[in-house]
Amino acid sequence: MTTVSQPVSSSSKVLPRLLRAIGGGHADTRLMAMVGVLALIWLCANILTGGVFLSPRNLFNLSLQVSVVAIMASGMILVIVTRHIDLSVGSQVGFLGVLGGLVQSVWLPDSIHAWWIASLVMLGGGVFIGLIQGALVAYARIPSFVVTLGGLLFLRNAAYELNDGTTIAPLTETFQILGGGQNGVLGGPLSWLFAFVVAGLVVGSLVRKHRRKRRLGIQKALQASDYFSAAAWCTCAFGFVAIMNSYNKPSTDEPMGMAFPVLILIAATAAMTLVAKRHRFGRHVFAVGGDPQSARLTGINTQRVVLKVFALMGLLSGLASVVLTARLNAAASGAGTMMELYVIAAAVIGGTSLAGGAGTILGGCVGALIMQSLQSAMVLLGIPSPTQSMVLAGVLVLAVWIDTMWRERRLS
Amino acid sequence: MTTPLLEARNVNKAFGGVHAVENVSVSLMSGEVVALLGHNGAGKSTFIKMLSGVFPADSGQILIDGKAVDIRSPHDAQELGIETIHQTLALADNLDAVSNLFLGREQTDRFGFLDTEAMEHGARQTIERMRLRIPSLNASVRSMSGGQRQAVAIARALHFNARILIMDEPTAALGPEETKNVGLLIQELKRQGLGIFLISHDMHDVFQLSDRIMVMKSGRVVGSYPTKELTQDDALEMIILGRKPARFAAATA
Repeated sequence: MTTVSQPVSSSSKVLPRLLRAIGGGHADTRLMAMVGVLALIWLCANILTGGVFLSPRNLFNLSLQVSVVAIMASGMILVIVTRHIDLSVGSQVGFLGVLGGLVQSVWLPDSIHAWWIASLVMLGGGVFIGLIQGALVAYARIPSFVVTLGGLLFLRNAAYELNDGTTIAPLTETFQILGGGQNGVLGGPLSWLFAFVVAGLVVGSLVRKHRRKRRLGIQKALQASDYFSAAAWCTCAFGFVAIMNSYNKPSTDEPMGMAFPVLILIAATAAMTLVAKRHRFGRHVFAVGGDPQSARLTGINTQRVVLKVFALMGLLSGLASVVLTARLNAAASGAGTMMELYVIAAAVIGGTSLAGGAGTILGGCVGALIMQSLQSAMVLLGIPSPTQSMVLAGVLVLAVWIDTMWRERRLS
Repeated sequence: MTTPLLEARNVNKAFGGVHAVENVSVSLMSGEVVALLGHNGAGKSTFIKMLSGVFPADSGQILIDGKAVDIRSPHDAQELGIETIHQTLALADNLDAVSNLFLGREQTDRFGFLDTEAMEHGARQTIERMRLRIPSLNASVRSMSGGQRQAVAIARALHFNARILIMDEPTAALGPEETKNVGLLIQELKRQGLGIFLISHDMHDVFQLSDRIMVMKSGRVVGSYPTKELTQDDALEMIILGRKPARFAAATA
């Protein structure tokens, strides 16, 4: 008798599970602190740029930039939770981008199906890369630092070799939609609908939680923090849509609304949160990260868990590459350079411990927002790109230092 | 004679050039507690790790209910009803009690999504049935005392209807009160018909709880006798000198 499978129809259960995952977050002081830091950065950036930073146009662009990094951060969090690292994600993005460009321009130049076949090839290629790196880490027992450092160098240059270093552009118009250009947005009404759907889900999760606690006989079923978090979610959803809708398409009155990459990000984040918190695989990932030896003794196949984590990271790199390549409307072998720094920084800033065993997907999203906001502000202020990188590197080291102190204080 | 619940025949294990376990044979009956004694490095832990699937035996046979079995992983051992409370307890400190109790054997739907309510319910039942004390099922194990952590490990071993229980130093980290409770628990499990391997350095516990004592030294079995035929001095002599007490040596020679 091992796992007891319940013969209940489960497709109908995915939604409630998602609701619980969203609404279940108790007062997470660390996350709140990060949101506070983010608000501070936004305020300062807005003052320094004379109101440009918080303009709808800049926030729209910020949402596109964040999407790429945050999609990958959700995978990086699981990699770091298992006490590993993937330094090759930026090169994966570049390599897979060129691969997708080749599919569209060379292999299927005239096909109307090129866009989704190219996307699938990029996702599949990511999984393939992840499986190879994961196998080298899990089964050949090479430290992930070394494997993925090799991957960083190998894939970047393989991307160059694939197309002799030339950039493939433009890409097919349908593919461009995935990057959130003028055609890759929801528009006004659908964006409002989206906000109402989010609000509905949040309220639904409150009701559900209330019922469950009542059933367990808990008197004060809902606490202030529950209402606060529900209100915060709804405010975010409506506020975000309001801003996106106040940014019009060039020389029209038509609102842009939410961009597709943001929808892809939200879907990826929701799915990854479910996997991390509500799925057996996520449970095993955290067990392996908390204590690999104990996890093995309880019968978990720790090597396979690590292999799958790297494969999942590859899948998300592929997804991020689709979004980035489509947004740039060009497949260049240099795309995604230094992106590993942003992704790892996002994960760590968002509360993922490099010691393993701790981290949240939502935290990674906030971390990605902080990193991209800093960069966006520096671009608006005309700070040269080398200086930007130096500042961001400093932020990464600072984040790890804060994390170390935070944990030491909590343990003592 | 009834078939032993578990029988090991000439089991061997070597690490590099070191013969950690050499031709060890032992049998365990239902409702019997067999204590394994010996110095550190005598091969006790290596031997039981082969039974619990941490690593496979190099040669020899393991039989359960008289049938030869192949234990290659912890999962194999669990399937055969062998549960182990490791000396390290094998808990994931960052997870809560319920998660640890079901670690590697989570109750899920067919898509692999966790049925947290069912698991919490199951955990509560086992903890009540075993009269264990765990303050909060939803607090991370890291925040618990040694005795509470031990209780989580015991609950995990007993939740899945174990037939054979291996306890590696179950009382080493416990206070006198908690040690007494483990003793009571072992007696209760005996009555229920479990076979138990007990590794302990505490002579008092061993003599009070076990039916049979097996002493190992340098990977070999020095001797195995019913507890009531042995004195503590006999056992110490076997552990330290690695030879049978004179009166037994004469009888078996």
